[in-house]
Amino acid sequence: MSNTAQYDVVSIRNDFPILEREIFGKPLVYLDNGASTQRPVQVIDAVKDLYQTHYSNVHRGVHTLSQESSRLYDDARVKVRGFINAACVHEVVFTKGTTESINLVAQCYARPMLKPDDEILITHMEHHSNIVPWQMVCEQTGAELKVVPISDKGELELERFHELLSEKTKLVSVGHVSNALGTVNPVKTMIDAAHAVGVPVLVDGAQAIPHMPVDVQKLDADFYAFSGHKLYGPTGIGVLYGKEKFLKEMPPYQGGGDMILSVSFEGTTYNQLPYKFEAGTPNIAGVIGLGAAVDYVQKIGLGAIAAHEHGLLVYASSKLREIKGLRIIGEADQKAGLISFVLDNVHPHDIGTMLDAEGVAVRAGHHCAQPVMERYNVPATARASFAMYNTYEEIDVLAEAIKKTIGMFS
Amino acid sequence: MDNLRELYQEVILDHNKNPRNFRKIEEPDGFAHGNNPLCGDQIDIYIKIRDGIIEDVSFEGNGCAICTSSASMMTTALKGKSEADAEALFNSFHHALTEDAEHPEDVPLGKLAVLKGVKDYPVRVKCATLAWHTFDAALKKLQGEAAQDEVTTE
Repeated sequence: MSNTAQYDVVSIRNDFPILEREIFGKPLVYLDNGASTQRPVQVIDAVKDLYQTHYSNVHRGVHTLSQESSRLYDDARVKVRGFINAACVHEVVFTKGTTESINLVAQCYARPMLKPDDEILITHMEHHSNIVPWQMVCEQTGAELKVVPISDKGELELERFHELLSEKTKLVSVGHVSNALGTVNPVKTMIDAAHAVGVPVLVDGAQAIPHMPVDVQKLDADFYAFSGHKLYGPTGIGVLYGKEKFLKEMPPYQGGGDMILSVSFEGTTYNQLPYKFEAGTPNIAGVIGLGAAVDYVQKIGLGAIAAHEHGLLVYASSKLREIKGLRIIGEADQKAGLISFVLDNVHPHDIGTMLDAEGVAVRAGHHCAQPVMERYNVPATARASFAMYNTYEEIDVLAEAIKKTIGMFS
Repeated sequence: MDNLRELYQEVILDHNKNPRNFRKIEEPDGFAHGNNPLCGDQIDIYIKIRDGIIEDVSFEGNGCAICTSSASMMTTALKGKSEADAEALFNSFHHALTEDAEHPEDVPLGKLAVLKGVKDYPVRVKCATLAWHTFDAALKKLQGEAAQDEVTTE
């Protein structure tokens, strides 16, 4: 049924061993990719190969293993630079994930320069990880958090954004794609508007990076944050891209090894970028696995992945709209491949358990976006989120499982 | 989905669709609020006591089928019981779902036994026990004991 003839979903699926699993005797239909994607054998093998053949600490020893590990580690940073088209390799900082990337900017960029009555501007559809770090830094500095409202359809009210953007605004932080609604935000428009008044912008790209080509220079984003585990890579590894001019001026995030050039009790000289922000032995296997994941998605091509997932989204949206008693939460014109929904008489957690019995994995809950749930007056939603390996047949299984669920609870 | 019949038994689905004692009690003797923020399950429990006997107990809130039906069945089971008997039933129910040694199974569960199937779904045990823990807090408060304002089983 795929309309992208060249897109070989069968061979992609063959790369993901976990997709062969059965759940309660039924083929796994994995639609919880917004929470975390699965890993292809290429990523698993890269990590395995590191530990079996090359592993040692990086940037320390002169022995062969340390050199091999260091080379693999440094290569991965080069791959990530190319993947997001950063101007230079040292603008790519490795973190634990999107959450740590945002906290790093909050503590090292925002905190030192914020004064009482300054403002940070975010949106109503942010993930908790793009709300709480700003609340903390506002508490620490006396600055104020401003929130751009969203429409019933789940789109940002851009007029309000332009109104809220003022000389008091010191930073805009916005999600590229909403994890709860699927909305793709017009980040390029927002960045241009913010820059016009001299305000830098952080883009939370956790939900965008696996689904669409991202070029940080074309976007002109000042900071761009994302996680490896949503990009078919390992957990516990993420990226903070930052423009050199900002990163250079920012104080280190944590103190420790690797982030220094020299240490004495009289004073310490910090290392250059990006090491200034990477204290301690890094997540070596995570970084190398992320590099393999980047290779993998680049081989398939993010344009092709986006087209495939868009096809799934259109098909699933029309299938689900046919189901009586089902309401889709988030109907933005520009959406990435996820559908949040509620049923009239079935709580999302019961939906989650019922679909699991059919082998279908979806997320049920507030998706770490409680303000979004409040906005639409629902305690939680069920969410089906798609990835490059999902098929139209799996959408059919989802739709049938939802119908069965409604039948059982009616 | 047939394997879920143990979890979602007819009587559970019925209590979910038509919850009993789903109302507020004006000027209750005991009250507590239960909240499982990760689930989004929220429950208010109201108690009316006369001469140490639970004269009326009711709930309001929003939760999944397991949470709602457990709260509904709890209210029907507790009406007319003494405070001590109510505590004993709470212990038994808790023990049946969690085998927690702190809560010995002293009294038979009666109709509540249909909820035993929840034990096989560990992530849902917190749904079934929220109403009970909230009731326990409401009872403790009216007995003058320290209890949390907001109860959670997450």
